[in-house]
Amino acid sequence: MTSSPVSIQDCFARNREKNRGVLIPYLTAGYPNREISLELMRLVAESGGDILELGIPFSDPLADGPTIQRSSFEALEGGMTVEGTLDLLRTFRTSHDIPVVLFTYLNPVLQYGLPEFLQASTAAGAQGLLLTDLPTGADPELEGQIISSDLDLIRLVAPTTGRDRINEVAEGGSGFIYFISRTGVTGARQDLRSDLGREVAVIRQEVDLPIAIGFGISTPDQAASVAGVCEGVVVGSALINAFDEGGVSGAGAFLKGLREGMDGAPAAD
Amino acid sequence: MKVQNEVGRFGPFGGRYVPETLIPALDELSEAYEAAKGEEGFWKELGALFKDFVGRPSPLYRARRLEAEVGVGPVFLKREDLNHTGAHKINNTLGQVLLALRMGKKRIIAETGAGQHGVATATACALFGLDCVVYMGDEDVSRQALNVYRMELMGAEVRPVSSGTRTLKDATNEAIRDWVTNVRDTHYIIGSVVGPDPFPRLVRDFQAVIGQEAKEQMLEATGSLPGTVVACVGGGSNAMGIFHAFLHDPHVSLVGVEAAGEGIETQRHSASLSAGKPGVLHGSLSYLLQDEDGQVAPAHSVSAGLDYPGVGPEHSQLRDSGRARYVSVQDDEALEAFHRLARTEGIIPALETAHALAYLSRLNQDGSAPGSILVCLSGRGDKDVAHVAKLEQKSLTL
Repeated sequence: MTSSPVSIQDCFARNREKNRGVLIPYLTAGYPNREISLELMRLVAESGGDILELGIPFSDPLADGPTIQRSSFEALEGGMTVEGTLDLLRTFRTSHDIPVVLFTYLNPVLQYGLPEFLQASTAAGAQGLLLTDLPTGADPELEGQIISSDLDLIRLVAPTTGRDRINEVAEGGSGFIYFISRTGVTGARQDLRSDLGREVAVIRQEVDLPIAIGFGISTPDQAASVAGVCEGVVVGSALINAFDEGGVSGAGAFLKGLREGMDGAPAAD
Repeated sequence: MKVQNEVGRFGPFGGRYVPETLIPALDELSEAYEAAKGEEGFWKELGALFKDFVGRPSPLYRARRLEAEVGVGPVFLKREDLNHTGAHKINNTLGQVLLALRMGKKRIIAETGAGQHGVATATACALFGLDCVVYMGDEDVSRQALNVYRMELMGAEVRPVSSGTRTLKDATNEAIRDWVTNVRDTHYIIGSVVGPDPFPRLVRDFQAVIGQEAKEQMLEATGSLPGTVVACVGGGSNAMGIFHAFLHDPHVSLVGVEAAGEGIETQRHSASLSAGKPGVLHGSLSYLLQDEDGQVAPAHSVSAGLDYPGVGPEHSQLRDSGRARYVSVQDDEALEAFHRLARTEGIIPALETAHALAYLSRLNQDGSAPGSILVCLSGRGDKDVAHVAKLEQKSLTL
């Protein structure tokens, strides 16, 4: 391992000082295979990605659209597992120190054993955990275990989350708040909603954490406009599409384009 | 922090393990249901539909020739197969459509395996003029062409699902994805006692009419409660429906029959309660077929309606508490029972239901005294006739 990994909190703080938006690319671990997956993880860190969101593939990804469904199925067919994902992360950590948020569904983690998983993923070099089917309040015991672990629990706020629930949803969350830009599943979209800024302002009144926006962001212009209203931009399906179309170099060019788009935009206060 | 209280849990099972986007919709549904439940007018409206549209109460029928052939009895069949649309599924879809109307939702989505729940949903939507989209695995779309056309006749749109195993599990994933996307104007009518709270208790309550009627009918016919109640279990809605009225009658033994497919040892089965372990799928914690890594394992059964790797969370609780007993029968036993009922009673049961009937032969063998036996005849077999014919043609030529 090089230096110890950067915390999510420090990552946001450093970028804030530089008035720079935090780019959070998503990759499915093991897609299209272990080796190229590792290459893509390194590419993210070297092409302007600030935090890596690393998906542990699950057989029934019901919050994901076609792109991430397909990458998950292919990764599973290729033999990727929870342990395999942690192994990829360990290898990544020998050379890179950007924060890593593990993204998955509850069941693989439950079968691994939540306490064991929290310990193993911290040891492998993860900084955060996002469980898409564990909304706030769904299971206080499990949530409590994550909150008291060394990992940041990334809480999600949805466009349907009422103002009175935002505070409650953020309970126990740390690192950043993930604001889902639209009702629906993950996936690249042509258009973004125009009223994101107003909704971010509402969340900001309730929660004192950086805000990242994801779901549907697929172009440098969209990334720039999102970076104009919040601290972080999550891009997943569009990155996988860029890889599918142009290979590793295509993914690299896509990431650089996003970075340039975001750097051209004034960052949010 | 407001925590999910015990409502919505069955012991440790159940819960709401869904994306945050759906939580407000589940709250809205819970509130609408709680309000409706307390109103006499709601049950009156549903009761009128049950009587005039579904044809309830469904008869209780003593199957004497079946008794003679199997060597147990008396055996009473609760005839849900005589309901409009041919199965118990309509009890739930009518109840949920009434809730959707109260919530002002004009678009309905549903998942379906064999197509029975899809047909029942399309029927309820046609009755009230609601838009209806049904998700169905594309494997099932080709296997159940007749039910696809039925749904279309009633104005529903059937969307084939080509992801994953292309069956009921994936149709459910796709229905949930649609709901996450269109949650503001759409109600999701889930077809069994599965999914996030409040669905398992809500579907159970709409199906509980089966057991309530059967209890009265048994008392009238025999002067006492049944000794044993038998029902097939996929997701488990007909079983919860008939069990519910007897849960607090400790002398009534409750038996749920799962699909052992080609045999539990072959890994090609759908027996979540017999061979699975607790896990989270489709929003609730329950027994689940899965591998060591927590990936959901594909289910198998000759009956498309039982071909599901999960099961309702209340069944998981009844299993662990011992209040109900869960057994499993294989494809070939179910097919034999399918033929037996047709031949002895002139009733062609659904292949799902045939699993419950197949268990009657075991009751005879295991030496226990089952007393009078009440079987939930959950659906009729018209939909399966072509499938069975094809299966047997194949085995003849092999």
